[in-house]
Formats: sequence, C-alpha cells, structure tokens
Amino acid sequence: MACAVSTEPVSTGPEAFDLDAAWQVAPQVQVRPERFGALLYHFGTRQLSFLKSPVLLTVVRSLAGQPSARAACRAATVPDQELASYHRALATLAASQMICPRDAA
Amino acid sequence: MTAAPAAAPAAARPPLPLAEQFQYGLAAPICLTWELTYACNLSCVHCLSSSGRRDPRELTTTQCQAVIDELQRMQVFYVNIGGGEPTVRPDFWALLDYATAHGVGVKFSTNGVRITPDRARQLAASDYVDVQISLDGATAEVNDAVRGPGSYDTALRAMGQLADAGFAGFKISVVITRHNAGQLDQFQALAGRFGAQLRITRLRPSGRGADVWDDLHPTAAQQRQLYDWLAVRGASVLTGDSFFHLAGYGEALPGLNLCGAGRVVCLIDPVGDVYACPFAIHDSFRAGNVRDPGGFAHVWQHSELFAGLRQPQAGGACQSCSAYDACRGGCMAAKFFTGLPLDGPDPECVKGHGERALATGTVPPRPSGDHSHRTSDRRPVPLTLGRRPPVTACDSNPLAGFTPGR
Repeated sequence: MACAVSTEPVSTGPEAFDLDAAWQVAPQVQVRPERFGALLYHFGTRQLSFLKSPVLLTVVRSLAGQPSARAACRAATVPDQELASYHRALATLAASQMICPRDAA
Repeated sequence: MTAAPAAAPAAARPPLPLAEQFQYGLAAPICLTWELTYACNLSCVHCLSSSGRRDPRELTTTQCQAVIDELQRMQVFYVNIGGGEPTVRPDFWALLDYATAHGVGVKFSTNGVRITPDRARQLAASDYVDVQISLDGATAEVNDAVRGPGSYDTALRAMGQLADAGFAGFKISVVITRHNAGQLDQFQALAGRFGAQLRITRLRPSGRGADVWDDLHPTAAQQRQLYDWLAVRGASVLTGDSFFHLAGYGEALPGLNLCGAGRVVCLIDPVGDVYACPFAIHDSFRAGNVRDPGGFAHVWQHSELFAGLRQPQAGGACQSCSAYDACRGGCMAAKFFTGLPLDGPDPECVKGHGERALATGTVPPRPSGDHSHRTSDRRPVPLTLGRRPPVTACDSNPLAGFTPGR
C-alpha cells in the first residue's frame, strides 16, 4: 500500500516531476497545518518536511482530487509566473516520497 | 530529529526563514519527550532526570491513554518516550500499542533490560516504532563507569536481538563525555556492525549531570574534534540538533540551529508536569500539568512560560559576539544548571566566554526534585539512641511499664 520506491538514484530536479500526472500525498504521510504552511511527517522514512506557504498546502491537499498537479496549482490560483517555483517544491516533495504518483499507491 | 530539505519557497513574497518561524512556536511540538516513569534499574551518574525510584503520583494507564488521545488530536507525529527506564512500567507495551494504534509514532529510549527476541520481532514489525539503545562507551570499561556494571553487556545483547529480528536502523544513543569523545569512530563501527544508526547528544548539567559535569563534560579540544567529525559526516549521524552551540566554530551543523525549548520541543514528566525541554526539569521551567483543565494542549498553547520563550530573546552580553548569529547563545538548560545567566554565554561557549564567566564563581540552582535510588546515598543517618533506663533495674520483662487500657 506504500508508494512504489524506485531503487534508481532519485533526481530532485523539477524535470523529474511530471506536472501533468496525477499525484497524491503518500499513504504513510501526515500533514499538520501551521501558521507558515505545514509540517509533513513520513512514518516510513521518519523524515520531516515543511511546506513554506499556505498556498502550497492547499495545492498539496488538493492533489488527490485533481486530475494533475498542474490542475491542483490552477485550482489554488497559483499565478503562471510562480508555477515554476511550485513545480520545484512538488519535485522536492516527490523526491522525498512525501507525495507519490496516484497509480502507484 | 531528522529534517528533510524543506520544499522550495513558493510565494513571491519571501517568507521568514523556518528557524525564525519556529521561534514563534508551533500548533503542536515537533519533538515531544515523554518520560513515563522515574523508576530505573540503573543509576547512571549523569541521569538528567535524577531517576531511580518510581514516583507514587505517576500517571495511571488511563491518564496516559488520555494524553495519547490528545496528542493524536493535536497531530503530534511521534513522541520520544524515556524515563527512567520506560520498559519497567508494567503497562509499557500496552501503551506503545495504544499510541501506534492512534497514529502517534513512538521512539523510545531504553537501556535494553526488557528487550527479548520476541519483543524485538514485535518492534521490528511496526513502521510506527523506533528504538534507541543508550550506550555511553564503545567499550564496557568506559560505558560501565557511567551507566553501571553490566550495562554494556545488557545494551549489546538488546542490540543483537534487534538486529537478529531484522530491525534495520534502530538507534544507538550516546551522550558525549570526556571519556568517550575519543571513541566516535568505534561507535560508528559498532552501529555498522548491528545495522543501526549512531545518534550522539550533548551532556547536560541537568539532574545528577550537575554532580559530574566538571569531570565529564568534553574539553575544549574534544569539542573542536567533535565539531570537525560531525561536519564531515553530515546528516548520517543524528544529533537531536543538540550541538548547535558549536556552530560558533563556523558553519552550522545539519539540523535546526536553535534552542527549541517551548517552541518546537517540550517534556512531559512521569507525574504529568510539562517542562520547556527534557533538560530543564526544574520548577523554573515548569509550564503546567497535563491533568490541569484543558490538558496538554492548553499548556502548550497558553502557558505564560512558553509564551515568554516564544518572544524574541535578548542576547545580553553575547549580542556583540561575532558568533552570536550562529550559536544564539547556546543551551538554556546548560546555562541555568551551571548558574550562568540565561542571556549569558553557554558554559561550553567555543569562544571561551562561558569558562571565563564560570571562573568568576557562580551559584548553581538547587535541584527541585530527586528520584535517585536511596541505596546509592551513603550519608550518615541521623539517629539518636534512646538512653532511657529500664523502669527498675530488674525489670527486663517486655511488658514492664505497660499499663493496659480499659
């Protein structure tokens, strides 16, 4: 039920993250909203991560209900000129297994 | 705590750095330490909670479960359970199951005394449980001098059982002292041998640690070697972010470089008292009790003590030091228990300011609690022998002088 974990070295660059694919918060991850955004904790890897803005939290929380990560960003009214930085943030979260492709869950 | 690289900032308006965000406090602690009992089978000379004997007021099983329910509501991801020796509580394993069933992960510290092959298999099977075996020497000689005879063998037996059960990556938890600071590579090798991860933390002058601080805290030269050793190993060695006072040497070490007391960490002690951090068990740092109305959440969110800690702190004499931005004045508990002012230098300040301040003479505070085993206390017992002579010279009868009541 956990995300499929690749044994290949993980690239953390945004090019490795498909904005047009369907994503979700990984099943072993808990999300706790905070004033600055949110804290994420992965019970499998025992890693903590941070979402540094409330908008990013909205994006992450809506991933599972949107057809793609791009759609989740649009629904959260992320301006086009900021899409690249959200792309990078999502790629970082994917590389640390905090979010995973929906079909792999 | 292990922190993954934070996701890139998303907004155009640059947010405050995370460390600064944390200074203002969080909805719930990230690192919550919960000491379940003051009872312990050992009498480690540096025990920061002066443990030994159980306190009759310790939280009951039901009260512990209520605390866990509250932690679940607050989304505290995991608790660091310690003591005393937590596994000597008869309900320890049931509380562990209760916490994990309620989505609260448990990382517990133990000297290994109650680990068995069966328990090890049970622990290895859960994603929600992590284990830290305490060991303060890479050899029995160095370890047992601090933790007591036989404690090295107990720890290594438990480590072997965890490894045999397939528990990968359990922690070997070492408090760095003058006598083991030269054994870092040996500890690392030991961790490798058991498929474990090394975790090293700072000795604090808290609890019985105050009595041995002068003899056990690492020398300045050892601190420098420790910093260099950690700088090379990066995040592969866990530190609980406890060496942030060493950031004054130059580059910050991995982790949160700030004192998290009352901001990201706190302690619940066995009787339910909430303190600002695990190293500050003293009335001066007591924020409330989980049994008070509103419970733990109310203490975390509304205690005056914590509100004060979440205000910008004065740097005092340290403010003008070039290293202040890096070390932030060091550890509050280390200052308090050596009698240094809270806005003064850390006793182990890398610039030597702490040592100089201590040399002028400080008065450490009196401890406000002690659960040490009484057997290790060899002070003379004040006793006055009765000198009352027998009633009459020949009255050796045990009933002499005894007048029965009506």
